[in-house]
Amino acid sequence: MQLFNCPFCGPRDETEFHFGGEAGNLRPDGDVPAERWADYLYMRHNPKGPVREVWVHGNCGEFFVMERDSVSHTVSGSTTLGGEHA
Amino acid sequence: MTSRYSAFSLFKEGLAGQKGWVPAWRSPEPKGSYDAIIIGGGGHGLATAYYLARTHGITNVAVLEKGWIGGGNTGRNTTVVRSNYYYPESVALYGLAHKLYEGLSKELNYNVMLSQRGMVTLCHSMNELEIAARTVNAMQINGTDAELYTPEDVRRVAPIYNFEPDARFPVFGGVWQGRAGTARHDAVAWGYARGASRLGVDIIQNCEVTDFIVEGGRCRGVQTTRGTMRAERIGMAVAGHSSVLSAKAGFRLPINSYALQACVSEPVKPILDTVVLSPGPGVYVSQSDKGEMVIGGALDRIPSYGQRGNLPTLEGVIAGLLEMFPAFGQLKLMRQWAGIVDVVPDSSPIIGESPLPGLFLNCGWGTGGFKAIPAGGTLLAHLLATGRHHDISRPFDLDRFVTGRLLDEAAGSGIAH
Amino acid sequence: MVASRLSSGGSAIDRSHPISFSFDGRTVQGFEGDTIASALLAADVAVVGRSFKYHRPRGIWGAGVEEPNALVDVSGSVRATPNTRATTEPAREGLAARSVNATPDAAADRNAFIDRFSRFIPAAFYYKTFMWPDWHLFEPRIRAMAGLGAVDASWTSPGAADQVNRHCDVLVVGAGPAGLAAARHAAQAGKKVMLVDDQINPGGSLQHRVGEIDGRPAAEWVAATVAELKAGGHLVLTSTTAFGIYDHHLVGLNQRHHDGRPDTLWRVRPRHIVLATGAIERPLPFANNDLPGIMSADAALSYLRRHAVLVGRRIIVATNNDSAYEVAWALAAAGAEVTLVDIRKDGQPAAPAGVKLLSGRSVVAARGKMRVEGVLLDDGTTLGADCVAISGGWTPSVHLFCQGRGRLAWHEARAAFLPGDPVEGIAVAGALAGAVSLSDVFDSAAKAAGADQAAPHSSGFEATGGIQPAWPMPGQKGRVWIDYQNDVTAKDVELAARENFISVEHLKRYTTLGMATDQGKTSNLAGLALMAGITGRSVPEVGTTTYRPPFTPVPLASFAGLTGGELMSPVRRLPLENIHRSMGATFQEYGGWLRPAHYGAKGVAAEQAIQDEALRARRSVALFDGSTLGKIEVIGPQAAEFVDFIYYNTMSTLKPGRCRYGFMLSENGVVFDDGILVRLDEHRFIVSCSSSHVASVHARLEEWRQDRFGRDAVYIHNATSDWATLTVSGPRAKTLVTALDLGVDLDDAALPHMAIAEGRFEGEVVRVARVSFTGDRSYEISIRADRSEALWTRMQQAGKALDAVTIGLEALMILRAEKGYIVIGKDTDGTTMPHDLGVDGPRQKRRNEFVGRRSLFTEVATQGRRQQLVGLAMADGEQPLPTGAHGIVREGGKVRSQGFVTSSYFSPALGRAIALALIEDGSTRHGETIELQHLGMLRRATIAAPCAFDPSGDRLNA
Repeated sequence: MQLFNCPFCGPRDETEFHFGGEAGNLRPDGDVPAERWADYLYMRHNPKGPVREVWVHGNCGEFFVMERDSVSHTVSGSTTLGGEHA
Repeated sequence: MTSRYSAFSLFKEGLAGQKGWVPAWRSPEPKGSYDAIIIGGGGHGLATAYYLARTHGITNVAVLEKGWIGGGNTGRNTTVVRSNYYYPESVALYGLAHKLYEGLSKELNYNVMLSQRGMVTLCHSMNELEIAARTVNAMQINGTDAELYTPEDVRRVAPIYNFEPDARFPVFGGVWQGRAGTARHDAVAWGYARGASRLGVDIIQNCEVTDFIVEGGRCRGVQTTRGTMRAERIGMAVAGHSSVLSAKAGFRLPINSYALQACVSEPVKPILDTVVLSPGPGVYVSQSDKGEMVIGGALDRIPSYGQRGNLPTLEGVIAGLLEMFPAFGQLKLMRQWAGIVDVVPDSSPIIGESPLPGLFLNCGWGTGGFKAIPAGGTLLAHLLATGRHHDISRPFDLDRFVTGRLLDEAAGSGIAH
Repeated sequence: MVASRLSSGGSAIDRSHPISFSFDGRTVQGFEGDTIASALLAADVAVVGRSFKYHRPRGIWGAGVEEPNALVDVSGSVRATPNTRATTEPAREGLAARSVNATPDAAADRNAFIDRFSRFIPAAFYYKTFMWPDWHLFEPRIRAMAGLGAVDASWTSPGAADQVNRHCDVLVVGAGPAGLAAARHAAQAGKKVMLVDDQINPGGSLQHRVGEIDGRPAAEWVAATVAELKAGGHLVLTSTTAFGIYDHHLVGLNQRHHDGRPDTLWRVRPRHIVLATGAIERPLPFANNDLPGIMSADAALSYLRRHAVLVGRRIIVATNNDSAYEVAWALAAAGAEVTLVDIRKDGQPAAPAGVKLLSGRSVVAARGKMRVEGVLLDDGTTLGADCVAISGGWTPSVHLFCQGRGRLAWHEARAAFLPGDPVEGIAVAGALAGAVSLSDVFDSAAKAAGADQAAPHSSGFEATGGIQPAWPMPGQKGRVWIDYQNDVTAKDVELAARENFISVEHLKRYTTLGMATDQGKTSNLAGLALMAGITGRSVPEVGTTTYRPPFTPVPLASFAGLTGGELMSPVRRLPLENIHRSMGATFQEYGGWLRPAHYGAKGVAAEQAIQDEALRARRSVALFDGSTLGKIEVIGPQAAEFVDFIYYNTMSTLKPGRCRYGFMLSENGVVFDDGILVRLDEHRFIVSCSSSHVASVHARLEEWRQDRFGRDAVYIHNATSDWATLTVSGPRAKTLVTALDLGVDLDDAALPHMAIAEGRFEGEVVRVARVSFTGDRSYEISIRADRSEALWTRMQQAGKALDAVTIGLEALMILRAEKGYIVIGKDTDGTTMPHDLGVDGPRQKRRNEFVGRRSLFTEVATQGRRQQLVGLAMADGEQPLPTGAHGIVREGGKVRSQGFVTSSYFSPALGRAIALALIEDGSTRHGETIELQHLGMLRRATIAAPCAFDPSGDRLNA
């Protein structure tokens, strides 16, 4: 059972969390070319090693950014989403 | 020297103290250039090399494996072979693999122990039965064997399933594919390796690709931990690490890597004669020829390259298994492990030329790559030999994510991604 | 008699409580405190099983979890379990043990002849044959020969296993001298300690090895330390195996009970882990080293001291290290004639009293048929013996350390892999860390526990770490066993090398060395060392295989715990469930909810009851419990912008007090859910969604909200389970609702179709929405869930005079299908886009951004041959089409699918069968007749509009 840090609730069991995608995958609004849309919708970096991901803590419903390592599973940090939304 | 395998050769070598057996594959020093290079020494990569040599007569080929062959997902899966998929394109793909599996032992002169003991995917509600009917009809129309089973049919093939009235996952029926079953995973990798090596393919182990050589906008070779190697056509079949290589080649893939756990019980005398999948708990099980229950289930839902999962998923899978087969409550878990799977949004593989010309992809098989090894090999070999798609691989090209022509087989793989 | 029970001694047995049990049908006497193995040894049972492949007779090798041979199926007075280790299972009165893999029993196995053909069935032989004519011809035989114990199909569970979660400061694994000392240090430093040991009693090797600690006998120190820990409130568990270390140092323990209860699973989250897991003795490699009577030297000592069993009369102790010297001495002191054969020429201790020592000599072969009768030494001499106790060295149990992501370091002088660089949070102590003497052990324990000074102190005889490696050698003569359980010999390893299976993982998989239930505890190192020798590599160059949980097999039941039956994916239940039951409802699971499928008078078949409900619903008035309907409130100054983004349809133009039907798409353009959006006021909406999608819709709303809107702009509140929703539908619906006296103006001008109003029922707020899923005039009345019973009761009363009918989900499905109203996931699939459902306006006209918009213009979204929602009409008198039947197209001799039937019923209102389907280009093919195939049978139907009943919609206001 991995332990993740919700920035609001503290360390909780992995089963309380849900993966929300790679951080920084900004949505292109408007009539963008099909390739650009496919990039947003489907293409991923999927790094081996340090990753920056969006997660949601199911219990409190808050989305946040977690930094961890996809090989060692070490969790290095959790931050809330963007200042203006905090 | 005994290079052909048979009962007679076993007899002969038995008398000769096993001294005449030859290496199953050669371990040559890598050359500086080849006609084609395949990155990835798992089932798909080795099958590709075999078919390049056998079908296309291209033998100046190297398979580069960063560890030891068959050590990735090919050595970690739950050994199920089936082609009970929904879309005609998928049926063509997995059907090709299935057919090749049926002749594989004789083709390779290597017993891959294909056991066509059938597979039943259970239905636990009227709604699931309706979806099952839809799948069975699609399979029959698309030309593969499928039957819609009644609860009595299920009881006949899996008598120790939980048919109690208070069962959490009561049986309303199921989808049966009689030709489905299991095969010995290591044997598939070793059989293809031996076949390819005998035809002249160089199998280079402990050789990790560190970069691609790109000249004039084309991929022309690789840098590796064992030197530089050039080739005009390069294929990659590196399940779990596809994104790592694609990053080196300068493009992204619609892939997330996850750990897929599997486990075995201690070996017991035969008690389960078919493969059973229950979508209720998302668990499937078969009994290996050694007697172990081979158990699989859902992914650990945390992106990972760690080749290991954690207790919550394992507990969920085992709890589900015991709900399906209460008698297994007397068994013990002997070993658990995990592989790294390429999860793709539509649960269908990616086969075709990559955005880097000269580099060809065979990836994105998710949790279902083992059953497709002969087809993956055939299709990637075709691409490497001709530079063009085989009819069967065309729908699986990476461009489907731009056109939107996804082949959503989430229902087809049984375990939802 | 070779082995015997001494008349005194035995620290673990209680001679005042004799017991008897059976093994392979014969009675065995023992005492409480015996394991099955110790009692069998005392009874001089030499052959306890047959090896996996060659069916060679096998005897007891060890005294612990590393046991490769003595597996038995137990039944009788105890819980039946296959594949039980006789060396760790307590003997019990009335227990019936049977050897595994032997017919009729271990002593007289009829498959013993196989061993004579062993040369023809070496490792991996099955890959080289069985191809002609077909593997299937041979498989059943092979399967029947494989497997050890048997599963009892009639077995029933004794109950669920307990699972316990625990936090502590320090978890110490292993209660031998190192673990006890470390635990004591930690406790004295004020830490909360948990100490676990997989043996029945604590003390580890101190249970049978002499030691003097702080001037007292070791056993006393063990007891005192355990008592001290318990008195300090620390948890000490025995018979508890730490089977795995998982990410973030979650440790899994399996605790065995001795009272018939299932094992307990512990999940422990310690701040620090101290591993004191000891080391496991390995065999020496010589020909026929698998004969019964050849056993671990340490085990021989353990059986002597703990169980008063003298394992032989003429015993040879063969060794390459010091630890066997105490064994030789003790066996001689107990009355056996002992010869000690040490391969080392010099540097070893002096010969123990009463023991004949042969230095610089090694055993090259054992002789005997069903048990050992003598050995041949390297100098050609033969020695008679009835027992050979061997020690090839000690392999530190590094499993947990490696699972915790530790790396190993090879120590040539020790001939051992020891824990390498430290892992944060995990310390190692004792034999695991390479300590041999008790002093070394206590030093390492202090270090592991972070204590300044070692305590206690060994005040007695100390062993040294001298060892001369004794690996199997390439070309060694005879059949030298490496893996006893899987029948792997040195020749198999040589064969693997010959065929180029030279990596440690290929070696394992090719020969199956280390893949048995003992996972190679006594064999892995010898196998890889031999491979190193054959291929000219060093041992660390070959390396080890991956250490994986569980350390020893763990019952599946431990992992399942209580999760089963109703507690597995628990179904959600309606507030009014009991009332429905009292009304005779038959329940079924729909989308995770337990809901009434239909109500029924006794004796009426389900199908008939459903048809009656659907027919009567359209004649008078139907009552229906729709409480599962999702109600997610969207509130705030930007709520309107938010719903415009979330929905496919423009929603911001919806007026307060009005409702609009819409789709929510996924970003790939596929319809994710459909439902009504209600606007309560300018800044407040209610999103209703399918019952089975509530959680996921809520999650998506939150995700988009947090991604694009500030906290002060939009607030999402899932009110689904706060409200019950009771529906009144049909020509007499308005009459019934009027009778409820809700204080709402029900005039059609005030409350038209697709409007909402607020009222009160017995003082409680109710929301009355004119929304219809049946196609008839319909009122969905929502009230606080815990106040719904009264409202439902009043509805039932009011309905009596109106010939009202309470309908279940099955009838509702027919009613909505008659109108062509879809059910997401049934009439749509993972590719269905809104324009496939006939709703193309927003795609063509909307200019602002919404979820999934760009995906509606991809190549696949805009080209033809898309599957579109249609109705299928059949001739009167025809049976309904099977759901899941495919429409087929015949093209050039081949058949392909053009879509499939999604919903199909007999419509009582129309008196004929109706169906909905997704058919290629269906919307432009109305009137066309198509063929459908279901399980090989063919039908015909005509493509029509989805709505088969009241297409003008007049009944919505009737």
